[in-house]
Amino acid sequence: MQTIDMAESGLRELNSTLQAQAEQTNQTDWEIVNTRGSHAVAVGLDAPIDVTIRGSTGYYCAGMNKQATVRVKGSAGPGVAENMMSGTVIIDGDASQYAGATGHGGLLVIKGNASSRCGISMKGIDIVVHGNIGHMSAFMAQSGNLVVLGDAGDALGDSLYEARLFVRGSVKSLGADCEEKEMRPEHLEILRDLLERSGADASPEEFKRYGSARKLYNFNIDNASAY
Amino acid sequence: MQMKNDGIPATTPRKPWTFNDDVNSDIRRAAETGIYDIRGGGAKRRVPHFDDLLFLGASISRYPLEGYREKCETKVTLGTRFAKKPIELDIPITIAGMSFGALSGPAKEALGRGATAAGTSTTTGDGGMTEEERGHSDKLVYQYLPSRYGMNPDDLRRADAIEVVVGQGAKPGGGGMLLGQKISDRVAEMRDLPKGIDQRSACRHPDWTGPDDLEIKILELREITGWEKPIYIKIGGARPYFDTTLAIKAGADVVVLDGMQGGTAATQDVFIEHVGQPTLACIRPAVQALQDLDMHREVQLVVSGGIRSGADVAKALAMGADAVAIGTAALIAIGDNDPRWEAEYNKLGTTAGAYDDWQEGNDPAGITTQTPELMQRFDPVAGGRRLRNYLNVMTLETQTIARACGKSHVHNLEPEDLCALNIEAAAMAGVPLAGTDWIPGKQGM
Repeated sequence: MQTIDMAESGLRELNSTLQAQAEQTNQTDWEIVNTRGSHAVAVGLDAPIDVTIRGSTGYYCAGMNKQATVRVKGSAGPGVAENMMSGTVIIDGDASQYAGATGHGGLLVIKGNASSRCGISMKGIDIVVHGNIGHMSAFMAQSGNLVVLGDAGDALGDSLYEARLFVRGSVKSLGADCEEKEMRPEHLEILRDLLERSGADASPEEFKRYGSARKLYNFNIDNASAY
Repeated sequence: MQMKNDGIPATTPRKPWTFNDDVNSDIRRAAETGIYDIRGGGAKRRVPHFDDLLFLGASISRYPLEGYREKCETKVTLGTRFAKKPIELDIPITIAGMSFGALSGPAKEALGRGATAAGTSTTTGDGGMTEEERGHSDKLVYQYLPSRYGMNPDDLRRADAIEVVVGQGAKPGGGGMLLGQKISDRVAEMRDLPKGIDQRSACRHPDWTGPDDLEIKILELREITGWEKPIYIKIGGARPYFDTTLAIKAGADVVVLDGMQGGTAATQDVFIEHVGQPTLACIRPAVQALQDLDMHREVQLVVSGGIRSGADVAKALAMGADAVAIGTAALIAIGDNDPRWEAEYNKLGTTAGAYDDWQEGNDPAGITTQTPELMQRFDPVAGGRRLRNYLNVMTLETQTIARACGKSHVHNLEPEDLCALNIEAAAMAGVPLAGTDWIPGKQGM
């Protein structure tokens, strides 16, 4: 285990060290201490390393992650794992706004709650939130899966494209063009896999699925009142 | 004299200025369709522009440089504030961001070829980075847009600079829409969306709001790319003084300022014509912001929106810009709206020079389309050559004017070299009205 103490090493040294890890590195386990809410911690990683951050982080922790597993033993600020391409990011606490925004791939697990706009414009990432999510989550979400074990706030899935939304609790309101969908066997299978991989104690049968009604896919003046 | 039936002389039939033929056709179109007009391009209305400025040239008090003999430098370096690897350009004219999707792959290739041959940069757009473009562009600026279509860290790292797009001149405060007919398999794949659906480009970034957040976003981008790449911030011409100030505060290396004549691939006509300020009106406040923060020339200013000639380039530089960017002019140079396709423009209900339904993908010139048969009409090698020629001519024109003003570098052009033909342009540009020493709005004058 390699340890980087941010009380001694700056952000640039931290990120350049982690980014320099090659595909075949032997130094696979890293620990970061004294993050003290720093922004842009462990961003742009591109190797199969395992990074444990002891403490909470500021904005954009694990941004644009590829391959790496990043664990935050605390809470994460806005935009955690934004535009993630692959790998896994696990937040033990809560996540602020825009968690997993525009993510293309990989798995983001938030064991607490996520704030507003969780999964905004997601493009293939899988997000599992053990708690609740805030308003406007999955806004313009394009593809991937958002799983919520708790409740969802207002306007879930507004202007949704092809992302799948699974919510176990209540949904305060659905956004424009988002509707409840039939839960078919293939969806239960996707859900079962994501719950298992994210360590969530829940049964797929307890969830409802939401998706796009696809009424706003091509502009039609008759739909103007929907916006 | 024409007489009416009752023998009284008839007056000449007179159409109202307010309800002219253009306005009436808009009303009829709206009444028929129930939807606003969407089109490409920038503002078509007449607004104060570089045409309203003139250079004074050398005289007894200033001596000129010899054309074809004495050197007039055109090199420009962008990104000197923080980036480890600033961009070095041979000429102060760059190619503005235009998306793959709005433009065909071969058109993007031509822009890369032409820019590279002329020693300058080109820019991606809202659709990600294509191999044609990267492969043929020696210096490529990668746009970081609200939609984040195709955004990935590998392309960020193989870019030469990153341009965070906050707004654009054609539609400050607006997003965009790429209509379904232009969404080919390739465009759909790059944008992670189904083929054939309208693809909305958001007007706000999904993971930051305001300048404080933007500062942190820039920190993240720099950390991902090892602080190598210059970070540009592109703003639409809305509140240029404050937006430039905030962009500098957020950590920009370069501010790209786009006035209302700057083009778009597709937006509501009402937006293009009625939101934002003319390019001429935006430059002086932006330069003032740079000067007030003691950042003029430390943070570079790139101006776009209606740049057509070396005269426009020289005027923008004289007002304080470090470089300009061209979009519409580059498309025209490579063959857009060419009269050779007049018969086909007529079939589309328009004429060469007026064709602006770029969103429909039926471009006879094969540039703003994803239709294979139309794309085949366009030769990217020839298009690149035309763009190179055009850029070379603009550069020669800029040098000609700079030498006439006695400048050994085009950056030495200054507001003192200019006068304005009318009060509006004088006030906007902050230069004297021709024949006077009056700068409208300047205290003490």
